[in-house]
Amino acid sequence: MAATQEIKFNDKTMAVVNKIISHYPEGKHKSAVIPILHIAQAEFDGWLSAPAMDLVASILKIQPIEVYEVASFYSMFNLKPVGKCVIEVCRTSSCWLMGAEDMIKHIEKKLNIKNGGTTSDGMFTLKTVECLGSCGTAPMMQVGADYYENLTFDKVDVLLDKMKSEGKRKSYTDKAESRTE
Amino acid sequence: MARKLLLEHDHVPGIASYSVYKEKGGYRSVEKALKQMTAESIVEEVKKSGLRGRGGAGFPTGMKWSFLAKPPGVPRYLVCNADESEPGTFKDRYLMERIPHLLIEGMITSSFALGANTSYIYIRGEYFYVARILEQAIEEAYANGWLGKNILGTDYSLDLHVQIGAGAYICGEETALLESLEGKRGNPRIKPPFPAIAGLWGCPTVVNNVETIAAVVPIVNDGGEAYAKIGIGKSTGTKLISASGHINKPGVYEIDLGLPVEEFLNSDEYCGGMRGGKKLKAVVAGGSSVPILPANLILKTANGEPRLMSYESLGDGGFQTGTMLGSGGFIVMDETVSIVKNLWNFTRFYHHESCGQCSPCREGTGWMEKILHKILDGHGTIEDIDLLWDIQGKIEGKTICPLGEAAAWPVAAAIRHFRAEFEEYVKNPSGISDVKHYYRLNNLSPVGA
Repeated sequence: MAATQEIKFNDKTMAVVNKIISHYPEGKHKSAVIPILHIAQAEFDGWLSAPAMDLVASILKIQPIEVYEVASFYSMFNLKPVGKCVIEVCRTSSCWLMGAEDMIKHIEKKLNIKNGGTTSDGMFTLKTVECLGSCGTAPMMQVGADYYENLTFDKVDVLLDKMKSEGKRKSYTDKAESRTE
Repeated sequence: MARKLLLEHDHVPGIASYSVYKEKGGYRSVEKALKQMTAESIVEEVKKSGLRGRGGAGFPTGMKWSFLAKPPGVPRYLVCNADESEPGTFKDRYLMERIPHLLIEGMITSSFALGANTSYIYIRGEYFYVARILEQAIEEAYANGWLGKNILGTDYSLDLHVQIGAGAYICGEETALLESLEGKRGNPRIKPPFPAIAGLWGCPTVVNNVETIAAVVPIVNDGGEAYAKIGIGKSTGTKLISASGHINKPGVYEIDLGLPVEEFLNSDEYCGGMRGGKKLKAVVAGGSSVPILPANLILKTANGEPRLMSYESLGDGGFQTGTMLGSGGFIVMDETVSIVKNLWNFTRFYHHESCGQCSPCREGTGWMEKILHKILDGHGTIEDIDLLWDIQGKIEGKTICPLGEAAAWPVAAAIRHFRAEFEEYVKNPSGISDVKHYYRLNNLSPVGA
């Protein structure tokens, strides 16, 4: 899929991109690199290939290296292919106190993958992440735009089963579902 | 019920919408600021209020504002720091999600005071859905004439934009944030020059935390003196506290500064006491970067005075027996928690989040993480504990930005107050931890594994 897909934004996406660029004074459009990388990641299978980053560089008229060095700095950008749903489980501080380690083990077992791995059907990637600001509702995970809080094993099972049956890609740029607390 | 300046309407249905927010008295401060006050008089009110930066550093906001350079013909910027990433802190997310217009209102009033005509809210990437809520609120504010050209028919104009990050704790540091906003890696800048002189795109810039900017609204509405009457001493006003960990009622609470810690912890109005009737072991009172205190020292100062939720009382005794209010991330640990494992968790975090610019931080955080793992894994020696102490001392004060201190202080405090527990791991290494799990997961090979 990724190999044959044309790496180009359509007109509708370009309108969003141009609106973002208009947020900055003239000549300061480089500021748009992070917001546009988010769009590129959502459009092109959830990760940033070199052609996807080159596209962003050409739109912003900056050197490709200026995009690569940014993409590689921030943890939300995937530089390798990922599953349709990236399960990001917070492992820091209060989440750790409230059982994040057990939650990670549980998900590993359920999906039969290790942290960082992707299921063979390409549905899920499991990732541990640092504090997501959901400490009062720990343990928690983020999938795309959605925060899932006060997790229990049962709750996670239901959520993952639902994502699997829907089979849809979840991106940060999606509209969030009504949040489950 | 406690007084609420920021969260008075947080449970009103529909308060996230413009119409309900306006009906509850919203946007009065903009009206007052633009029609009855001058920029200078607002800065004066903020100075009088005694408001201190709510992101963690506690620097007086009015003073920070008065440092802003005003060279003619050069734009000035206000940037809101909504990069909330300090472990244990979730108050800004709560505020922005529940009452987005309060932040928008604060941004307009503050931007007017600073003479900024373009302002940004830099929000951490993980809060994408919150950014959407803010964008919606901004759209409503434009539609109702609170943003854009000639606001309320005055000659003041303001554009406000939300800028999304992409996952980096370091971007909460204000110069790293500005780098990120300029479309670069989040590497903190060497200071001076401070952002007040050369900030965003080299222009004079103020960077303030979400809660700080929200607090400008009641300060302008009711006056700086009224705000300063709340609280205790130099800790004026109210503060949002993010309470988490082993308590009955985790959540965000607005308190008058000066509330006794014991009351905050045990009252049903706040944390509601320890979960499951367990004993309190320790508290990290201001986000993961501040020194951990054992139960006796968090409830009472070394002199036996009740410890209060204020900058001064939490700081009483210095780092020997005190801590800091920080961001107000109040993490409670019961008797079942291993301080060594908790410290390993924190240290692993700082190692992961170090931007890598300064050797003491980049290397030191990694070494501390590895040594802590070695101790937890049953291979530690007494010398390792001393080595940890030595390394943290060689990070503190030797880096471009305070991430170095943020990583060093928790290590120092844990050893200072709980050295016996570290020694126990060394002497009785039978309790092998599941920390191994983490390393296996990440295909890492730690020291001693």
